[in-house]
Amino acid sequence: MADILVFCEVAGGKVKGTARELLGKAKELADGGDVTACLLGSDLGDAADGLGELGADTVIKVEHDALASYVPGAWAAALSQAIEDNNPDVVLGAASVLGKDLLPRAAALLEAGVAADCTDLREGDDGIEGTRSLYSGKALATVSVNSEPKFFSIRPNSFVIGDVEAGDGDVEDFEADLEDDYGYEVVEVESSGGDVIDLTEATRIISGGRSLKSLENFGLFDEPARLMGGAIGASRAAVDAGYATHSMQVGQTGKVVNPQLYIAAGISGAIQHLAGMRTSKVIVAINKDADAPIFQHATYGIVGDLFEVMPMLTEELAKVLSD
Amino acid sequence: MKIGVLLKQVPDTESKIRIAGGGDGIEDGDIKWIINPYDEYAVEEAIRLKEKLGEGEVIILSLGPARTLDAARTALAMGGDRAVILDEDAFQGSDAYGTAKALAAAIEKEEIGIVFGGRQAIDLDNNQVPQIVGGLLGWPHATWINSFEFEGDSATVKRPVGGGSVDVVKVSIPAVFTCSKGLNEPRYASLPGIMKAKRKPVTKYSADDLGVSDDVGADNALTVLSDFTPPAARPAGRILQGELSDQVAELVKLLREEAKVL
Ligand SMILES: Cc1cc2nc3c(=O)[nH]c(=O)nc-3n(C[C@H](O)[C@H](O)[C@H](O)COP(=O)(O)OP(=O)(O)OC[C@H]3O[C@@H](n4cnc5c(N)ncnc54)[C@H](O)[C@@H]3O)c2cc1C
Repeated sequence: MADILVFCEVAGGKVKGTARELLGKAKELADGGDVTACLLGSDLGDAADGLGELGADTVIKVEHDALASYVPGAWAAALSQAIEDNNPDVVLGAASVLGKDLLPRAAALLEAGVAADCTDLREGDDGIEGTRSLYSGKALATVSVNSEPKFFSIRPNSFVIGDVEAGDGDVEDFEADLEDDYGYEVVEVESSGGDVIDLTEATRIISGGRSLKSLENFGLFDEPARLMGGAIGASRAAVDAGYATHSMQVGQTGKVVNPQLYIAAGISGAIQHLAGMRTSKVIVAINKDADAPIFQHATYGIVGDLFEVMPMLTEELAKVLSD
Repeated sequence: MKIGVLLKQVPDTESKIRIAGGGDGIEDGDIKWIINPYDEYAVEEAIRLKEKLGEGEVIILSLGPARTLDAARTALAMGGDRAVILDEDAFQGSDAYGTAKALAAAIEKEEIGIVFGGRQAIDLDNNQVPQIVGGLLGWPHATWINSFEFEGDSATVKRPVGGGSVDVVKVSIPAVFTCSKGLNEPRYASLPGIMKAKRKPVTKYSADDLGVSDDVGADNALTVLSDFTPPAARPAGRILQGELSDQVAELVKLLREEAKVL
């Protein structure tokens, strides 16, 4: 039995999709212990509503003006104070852009360790332990944490969550004691308005490589991505050639993604690209070279020209997904 | 101003990784060791800042085994002024927290005023040490920056935060920054640079010097890795056959009915 606190990110007035995954897993691992959701922000509105159904027994809202935008010092102080007050055995959060930034600093304030970017969690001999992927996915290891609490950040989409036993979802407020100034001021948020679903959290991704030959040709992916409710990624060669932005790059020097479905079109499957997507549940390779290394990692492969295959795929998806 | 760079030596990405017998780590033997690629952006940005200021000192800070000095020398050859190496036995096996604790203590001892690191080390991908250093020193940190403008007592940086959004942030100095691709083009070490680097000063501190004996080393680690295994081989995939249009129809059917991902 373990008491587990889940740090849930809020975007656009709602908890992000990762909350469902983390609360569901927490409920399973708590094994009768308390599951607490913890939300931070300046105005959380009704974001705390309905978290009981996702498994939360208690929801802690930490509202403070200093948390209006993401300020690492302020958020780490607020989260660590809420954790200290709640005294859980385990803290879970998403290994998202924000989670990776925040959790190590928040944990350090409590002299606690973080098992980062875990792809699995389970009950081990000494409490909950995780699995991490190391050396660009060339090795896996068990990670255990010797501190109270134990922190784990979880790579999004690591767990398939079925039915979850609902919790009470009682909402409590926690007053964080924060300073006025953490020497970090967000002066502007630039938005390309483009890829709304972030790659790291997307459940379906279509990625293209150098073979797309132009920025315009990446437009071939817009419609199938929309139909599947997915995001568009790219290889480094495509990014370096200016066909895609760096925020779309998957791999060692780009993003690590973990979708249910990863479609690699015209991507050779270099080790550095694999580093970013090899944990995807299903990998589809579309490549005109039957010997391309990507086929060794593919669940399904089509040997063919992507400029022929993509329009067919779009048509087929439109047919079955609009039924 | 003293400018610090957090540097880690890591296996080249092309290196074969072999699990050591017993599964408690990897075999060092065949590995080619390099500077963590993201740390090269940090070295470059530190050198550029010193050039812009027209004064100051770039100090390379690294914790690791004795071979770490090779990576630090490369950074000195790029233009770093001196190195602080924490390679005493007591430091070996430190986790992210222990490493950060030692580096933070070295930063204080050296009276460093600004710190750059890489966005993550590509060996363990922990992505933690600079944020913890910031937390321990009580300095702001800004991670994954791809633009840096120094303004005296602050710096304005850009950091992509996912979903195509970029936070433009004004950060007070002293601060810790972690560097991403796109920030700069790291320079190559020149031959004269390499010759000069051999004579640049290297300071070594012990865990006792830094007052961190109870935080560093495998025995004090808060996170512990064990049971290393190679990744499970993916089950052999299926290459579809037949007319292209039939293959596409079959693919969509398989994704829906067999894999259930659509
Ligand atoms: C330190 C380092 C870090 C790196 N980081 C990354 C990273 O983060 N992400 C990354 O992706 N790469 C990374 N790389 C680069 C990586 O090694 C490869 O060069 C890159 O992934 C290749 O991209 P690509 O597959 O698009 O291009 P290529 O390797 O050129 O492959 C193109 C593929 O498209 C196929 N093709 C061509 N035309 C068609 C067509 N009409 N229809 C179907 N198929 C077609 C070809 O058969 C070929 O397989 C890194 C490299 C280094 C050294």
